[in-house]
Amino acid sequence: MESIKTLNKKRSGPVLFSEYKLGEGVKKALELGRENILFELKGSGLKGRGGAGFPTATKWMLTAASNSDKKFIVCNADEGEPGTFKDRVLLLEYPELVFEGMIIAGYTIGAKNGILYLRGEYEYMLKSLEDYLESLREDNLLGNTILGKKDFNFDINIRLGSGAYVCGEETALIESLEGYRGEPRNRPPYPVNTGYLGHPTVVNNVETLASVPHILLKGGDWFRKHGTDKSTGSKLFSVSGDCEKPGVYELPWGTSINELLELVGAKNTKAVQVGGASGMCLPKSQFHRVLGYEDVATGGSIMIFNESRNMLKVLKNFMKFFVEESCGQCTPCRIGNTKLLEAVEKIEKDDFTFLYINNLKELGRTMQVASKCGLGQSSPNSFISILENFKEEIFGSKGKGRKNG
Amino acid sequence: MVKRENERIPVSQQAHIVDKPKDLTTIGGTISVQINEKKITVPLGTTILEACQLNQIHIPTLCHHPDLCIAGVCRVCVVDVEGMRTLQTACSFPITSPIKISTSTQMVRKARRHIIDLLLSEHYGECYSCFRNGNCELQNLAKEYGVDNYTFGHVETPRYEVDNSSAAVIRDMNKCVLCKRCVRTCIDLQEVGVLEAINRGHETHVGTFLDKPLADVVCINCGQCINRCPTAALRANDPSDEIWAAIDDPKKHVVIQTAPSPRAAIGEEFGIEPGKSFTGELNTALRRIGFDRVFDTNFTADLTIMEEGTELLTRLKKALVDKDQSVKLPQFTSCSPGWVKYIEHFYPEFLDYLSSAKSPQQMFGALIKTFYAQEAKIDPVDIITVALMPCAAKKFECNRPEMVDSGFKDVDYGLTTREMAKMIREAGIFLPEMPKSQFDDPFGDASGAGLIFGATGGVMEAALRTAYELVTGREVPFKNLIIEPCRGFEGVKQASVKLENCVEQYKFLEGVDLKFVVAHGTANAKIVMEMLKKGELNDVHFVEIMACPGGCLGGGGQPIPTSAEIRAKRAEAIYEEEASLPIRKSHENPHVNYIYEKFLTDGPCGKLSHKLLHTHYTKRGKYIS
Ligand SMILES: Cc1cc2nc3c(=O)[nH]c(=O)nc-3n(C[C@H](O)[C@H](O)[C@H](O)COP(=O)(O)O)c2cc1C
Ligand code: SF4
Ligand code: SF4
Ligand code: SF4
Ligand code: SF4
Ligand code: FES
Repeated sequence: MESIKTLNKKRSGPVLFSEYKLGEGVKKALELGRENILFELKGSGLKGRGGAGFPTATKWMLTAASNSDKKFIVCNADEGEPGTFKDRVLLLEYPELVFEGMIIAGYTIGAKNGILYLRGEYEYMLKSLEDYLESLREDNLLGNTILGKKDFNFDINIRLGSGAYVCGEETALIESLEGYRGEPRNRPPYPVNTGYLGHPTVVNNVETLASVPHILLKGGDWFRKHGTDKSTGSKLFSVSGDCEKPGVYELPWGTSINELLELVGAKNTKAVQVGGASGMCLPKSQFHRVLGYEDVATGGSIMIFNESRNMLKVLKNFMKFFVEESCGQCTPCRIGNTKLLEAVEKIEKDDFTFLYINNLKELGRTMQVASKCGLGQSSPNSFISILENFKEEIFGSKGKGRKNG
Repeated sequence: MVKRENERIPVSQQAHIVDKPKDLTTIGGTISVQINEKKITVPLGTTILEACQLNQIHIPTLCHHPDLCIAGVCRVCVVDVEGMRTLQTACSFPITSPIKISTSTQMVRKARRHIIDLLLSEHYGECYSCFRNGNCELQNLAKEYGVDNYTFGHVETPRYEVDNSSAAVIRDMNKCVLCKRCVRTCIDLQEVGVLEAINRGHETHVGTFLDKPLADVVCINCGQCINRCPTAALRANDPSDEIWAAIDDPKKHVVIQTAPSPRAAIGEEFGIEPGKSFTGELNTALRRIGFDRVFDTNFTADLTIMEEGTELLTRLKKALVDKDQSVKLPQFTSCSPGWVKYIEHFYPEFLDYLSSAKSPQQMFGALIKTFYAQEAKIDPVDIITVALMPCAAKKFECNRPEMVDSGFKDVDYGLTTREMAKMIREAGIFLPEMPKSQFDDPFGDASGAGLIFGATGGVMEAALRTAYELVTGREVPFKNLIIEPCRGFEGVKQASVKLENCVEQYKFLEGVDLKFVVAHGTANAKIVMEMLKKGELNDVHFVEIMACPGGCLGGGGQPIPTSAEIRAKRAEAIYEEEASLPIRKSHENPHVNYIYEKFLTDGPCGKLSHKLLHTHYTKRGKYIS
C-alpha cells in the first residue's frame, strides 16, 4: 500500500497531469458536435495508448460509420502488461478524464452503453469508481439527456476481469465480456464492425480516452505541439526497476531513453526493457534512441536493470510469464513459448548448440507473424532482443555451446 | 423449414464471418483478387481458403473442417496478404477488398513447417503403432512439408491418462493437436457440449466438465467428434480382438448382423470413391473371416416398422377414439441410441413420447439368442452376436444393463465400419474384389424399407409406406413409393399425408392429416424438442430423429473423413440399392410374416414382442454424479 500512497502525490505534466475541471470536456464536446470532435481528434494525431498505436480518430470514425442500432464503447482497464501501472493512476486520481473520454466517445460514435473492463486485481477500486459513476449520474454527465442534449443518453457500467493477461487483448476482452473463455477472435472482422455481442465496438485504453477531453478543450493543434511529428502529444510511462524514483511520469513523446534514465535517477543501467514483457530490451549502446512510434514504440512500461542483473534470468522470467499467459488457442504461441523457455533453460545449463539457438530465433520470427494475436506475436521480442543485445553476457562464458555450434 | 435463432453459439466464431451477398450482380457483390499471379473474381466474403480451393491452389489445413465453423487456431493455413504486417489464416480471412495473396512465400513455408514441427514435438507416440497411420491429417502434413526430424524435440512420456471409461469413445489427449474440431463438433454441430478447452497456455487441453471421465458426463456417444478428429486422439472403443477370439473359438457360434450404412460406406476404407454399396461382397468377406452366419439388420428394421407402426396406431386410437388424455403424441422414434441418450439427459421429462420399440440392432440380438437359437438348435450360451454398425453409440447401447431380454447379453459387440474394415484387411481380404453372396436364413434378404433406415427420413418413409397401406388398403400416393418430403438433408423436415377411405379397422383415422417431422443431428433434435415444449407439435403424429448429421450414414463409426458431399453420396448409394429391391415395404417381407406366425404369435406389440423387442428408458438428466 505504501507504494500506492507515494504514487498518489500531486502530479504535473503537459497534458494528462494538467489542470482540468469536471464536466468541461463533455460540455465542449456537445458544443462541437460529432463532426468537429472527429476533426479535432484527427488533427491531434492521437494514437492508441494501449500498445498497438492505432489512430484513435480512425477507430471512432469507422465505428461511427457502422450501421447498427447498438454500439458500445469499452474502456480497456485490464492493465496486465508487466511493469505497467499508469492506468491505475489515471483511474485513481483522474477518473473524470477517463469517464468523460468514454462519454465523448459514446456521443461521437452513437453508443448508449459504455463498459469499463477493470483488471481483476483492481477490485479494490471498484467501490470508489462505482460511487464516482453515481456522482456523474447526479451531475447529469451520465444518464438521459446528458447536459440537456436531446436524445443523448449514455451510461457506463464496470465489469471485472479475472486475471488473465490475454483478456487485455481487445477481442479476448470482448469474449470475456460475453462470458466465454478469454480467447482472441479471428480478425477480420474487427471490433469496429463486429464487436461486443456482434455490435460495432470501440475498445480504447484508459489513457487514450483520458487524453480526449484535453484535446477537445485545447484543440488538436495544441496537442500536436507536444511530442514529435509521428508521435503526437505526451505519454505516461510506468517506470520501475533499478532507479531512485520509480513511478508514473508524463513525458512528451520523443524523449530519449537517456533523458528518461536521468530523470528517474537510474545509475549503472545495463538494460532497459521498453514495453513490458512483450516489448524489447535495449542495451546501453541504444539508450540514445527515442520513445515514439517511429523508434521505440511502447504502451508505457519501462523496466530498468542495472549492472548487477542477470539478463538470462530476466529473460527466463518473461518467458515463464508467456508460457503461462498464452491463451493456449493457437499453435505458434502455445507450444512456441514453451520451446523458447526450454531454450533459456538449456542456455542456463550450458547445454545447447548455436544451431539450436538460431533455430529458435527463427521460430520466434515465425511466432511473430503466424500467431493469432498480439501476445504470441510479441512474446518472442524479448527472447530475440535479449539474446542479440546481450550476447556477450549470455554466451560469453559458455564453452560447450561454442564447441558444438 | 425452421429458422434457427441467431444466437451466439458457445465456442465458435460463426457469428463473426461475413455474410455473402445474395445478389452477386450488385456493385460490390464480387471482388477481384490476385492469388499468386492469378487474377480471380469471387463473391464478397469468400474466404481465402475457399477462393484457393475453387482455383486448384492447395492450402494445408488442420483445424478447418467443412462441417464446422471457423476456428483459426492451428495456423498451418497461413498465407501472405500484401500490405499486412503478419501472415493471415486462409481459412478465416474473408475477402472484402481487392487483396494480393501469396500462398507459398519463403516465410509462409517456413511458418507452416515450424508449426508442424511444434505440433509434432508435443505429439506423444509414433505413427507405426497408431490406428490412424495412413489416414491422419497430421501425418499427411508432416509428409507434405518434409518434416523428417524433430527440430524442437519430441515428448517421451505421456502427459495425459487415456480415458477409456466410455463404452463408445476413447480419448487419448497425448495425440491431441488442440484443433478443437471435437469441441466444435460437440457444441456447435451437435449442441451437446461435453468437450471444451480447459486451462490455458501449455496446460491447455480438451476436457470434460471437471475433467471427469467421459462415461460420467452427458456425452451421448454419437462419435461425431471421432469422425472429425484429424489424429488418433479420439477413437471408438474397439472390440475386434474379442471378436477374433470368439471366431477362433470352435465352441462359439459367431453371427453378425450388418446395417445398411456401413455397407454403403465401407468401400471408402478400401480406397473406393464414396457412393457405392458393397453388401454382397461384404457377406462373402464376413464368411471368409469366419462368421458363422451373416444376417441383415434390415430384417429387424422391418420389424421395427411393424412394432413402432403398431404402437403409433395404438396411440392414435387411444387418443382419438378412447379420448385418453395420458397418451403422448407425437410418437418419437427410438432407433438411434445417440438420440435416446440425448433425450434421457436433456429432456428426461419427455421420455413418454419415445416409442418403446428397441433399435433394430437390439431387436436382432434378442431374436438371435431366442428364436434363431431355437430354430438352429444352438445353445444361446454359445452364440456370440456381433453388430456391424455405422455408430459409436450402439456400443454403449448393447452394454445397457437392461438389454438382456433373451436371458443373455442380447448383442455382445457393436463393431464400427472402420473396425470391420480393419478386420477384413487383417484377414488379407480386399473387399471390392469379393464375389457377391446373399444373407443367411432364417432372416434372409429384407425389404428396401429397412435399407433406407440408413438415411435421415428413412424410418419415416418406411413407416409411412406400411402405415398408410395398413390404414387405407392402398399404396402410399407417391410415385415409385418414393416419399420425397422424407428425403434430403434439410435439418428439420415437416410434411403430411391425408388418410382417406380407410379400411374398417381404422375408420377412426378417416380424414386425418397424418403429420410427421424428421430431424437429424442433435442440434436439430433440440429445435424439435423446443417446439414440442412450446406446444408447436400438438398436431404432429410421428417424429423421426437421428442423432447423427445425415442419419446413420453419417454415423460416428463411419469411415473418416466425412463431409456433406460424402454423406450425400452414401445416401445415393442407399437409395439406389433400395430402388432395385423386389420388396420395398416392411409388411411384405415374408420373413417378417414368418416370425409373427411362428414365434411372436401374439403379433406386433404383443406380449412376447413386448418382452423381446421393446424396452424402457432412464431419466438421466444433466446432472450426474
Ligand atoms: C496480450 C495483449 C494484452 C493487452 N493488454 C492490454 C491492456 O491491458 N490494456 C490495454 O489498454 N490494451 C491492451 N492490449 C491492446 C489492446 O488489444 C487494444 O489494442 C487496445 O485496448 C486498444 O486501445 P487503444 O487503441 O486505445 O490503444 C493488449 C494487447 C495484447 C495483444
Ligand atoms: S497468440 Fe497466444 S494468446 Fe494469442 S490467440 Fe494465440 S495462443 Fe492465444
Ligand atoms: S495420430 Fe497421426 S501423426 Fe499421430 S501417431 Fe497417429 S498417425 Fe502418427
Ligand atoms: S461422442 Fe458426441 S456427445 Fe460425446 S463428446 Fe463426442 S460429439 Fe460430444
Ligand atoms: S481431440 Fe482431436 S479433434 Fe479434438 S482437439 Fe484434439 S486433435 Fe482436435
Ligand atoms: S486451418 Fe486455418 S488456422 Fe487451422
